[in-house]
Amino acid sequence: MPHAPEKRSNAPIFWLLFGAGGTLSALFGVGLILVTGFLAPQGIGIGPDALSYENALAFTQNWLGKAAIWAVISLFFWHAAERLYLTLKDMHVFSDLGRRLLTYGVAAVVTVATAGLLLAIGF
Amino acid sequence: MTERADKTIELRVLRYNPVTDEKPHHQSFTVPYTSDMSVLQGLQWIKDTIDGSLTYRWSCRMAICGSCGMMINAEPKLACHTLLRDLAPGPVTVEPLNHFPIERDLVVTVDDFVKKIESVTPWLIPKHPKPVSEGPYNQTPAQMAAYENFSACINCMLCYAACPQYGENPKFIGPAAMAILQRYDGDSRDGGSALRIDAVHGEDGVWGCTAVGACSDVCPKAVDPMHAVNQNKMNTALDYFLRFLKKRDTK
Repeated sequence: MPHAPEKRSNAPIFWLLFGAGGTLSALFGVGLILVTGFLAPQGIGIGPDALSYENALAFTQNWLGKAAIWAVISLFFWHAAERLYLTLKDMHVFSDLGRRLLTYGVAAVVTVATAGLLLAIGF
Repeated sequence: MTERADKTIELRVLRYNPVTDEKPHHQSFTVPYTSDMSVLQGLQWIKDTIDGSLTYRWSCRMAICGSCGMMINAEPKLACHTLLRDLAPGPVTVEPLNHFPIERDLVVTVDDFVKKIESVTPWLIPKHPKPVSEGPYNQTPAQMAAYENFSACINCMLCYAACPQYGENPKFIGPAAMAILQRYDGDSRDGGSALRIDAVHGEDGVWGCTAVGACSDVCPKAVDPMHAVNQNKMNTALDYFLRFLKKRDTK
C-alpha cells in the first residue's frame, strides 16, 4: 500500500541553484580563471588594456554585464554552499540551522551584496 | 575430466545465533575449492560437511534471484556471482549485508527494504481504463529503453548495503526503491507519477541522496539507481514549482 505522503522538502530550491551554479562553473569557471587570472594580466592573446579599469567599469555599467557578473558570483556561491552543506551534514558538524546559515546564509548574503554593489556602480 | 579440489582457501564467516550468542563473532573454515567454485558453493561445502547450522539465503546460483547478497571482503556481492579463485589466496571474510539487522549468521531482516519497495507503488497504473477490445498497449523501442535498465533490478539489496546515506539514516528511501519507482514512472503506459512523487518528495525521499553512486557501482545487474534518483530529483523539483499549475487526477 502507498504510505501517507511525506512532508515536501524545500531542497529543490537549493538543488536547482546548486545545479545552475555547477553548470555555469563547469562551462565558464576554468575559462574565467584563465582569462582574468593569467591571459589578461600577462597580455597573452588579449590586448593589454582588455581588463583596464575603464573597460571593466563599462562592462559592469551595462545591464547585460551586471547580469553576467551577478549570475557568475552568486550561483558559484550557491553551488559551493550546497556541497559544503551536505559535507557538514554527513560529518555531523553544527546543528542543521547552523549549517544552513553558514552555507546557504553566506550564499544569500553574497547574492544580495553583489546585486547591491552592481546597482551602486550605476548604469 | 573433473578438476580436483586440491587447493584450499580460508573463509572467515560471521556467525550469530540470537538464542545462544550475545554478539556476532567470526569463525574460520578451510575450504577446498576448484576454479569454477563460487563463494556460495564454499558456504554450501561448509554446511554439507562441517557445520549444518551455518545459515544463509540462496536459491538460483546464477545471479537472478537476488537471495545470496552478502559482504565479501567488506564489499556487497552476490555469493553465487563471486568466484573463490578470484579471492585467492584469502582469507575471505564473509559477513551479512551492511546496514540491516542480522537474523542469524548471514541472514538479515528484509522488512524495511520490502516496505520501501511497496511505498513507491511498484506496478503500472494505466492513464485511462482501456478495454481489451481496444487492443494492446504499443511501445516503441525508445519508450522501452526509457525504463528497461531499471526493470533489471532483482531486489538483492546490495545497493542498500553500499549506500552510506542509508547507513546513516535508515528512513532514507534508498537506491533500489528509486530504481523500481523509475521503472514504472518512466513507462509510457503508466500514469502514476503524481502518486509516486508524493512518496519521495521529502527529506527521506530523493533528497536523502547525496549522489555518492556506490549503489550503481555494486549493482550485479548493471542497474543505475543513482541515475533514477537524479531523474527524480529533477521531477520532484519541477513538481515543487509547477504543482500549483497541475491538474491532478490521481489521488
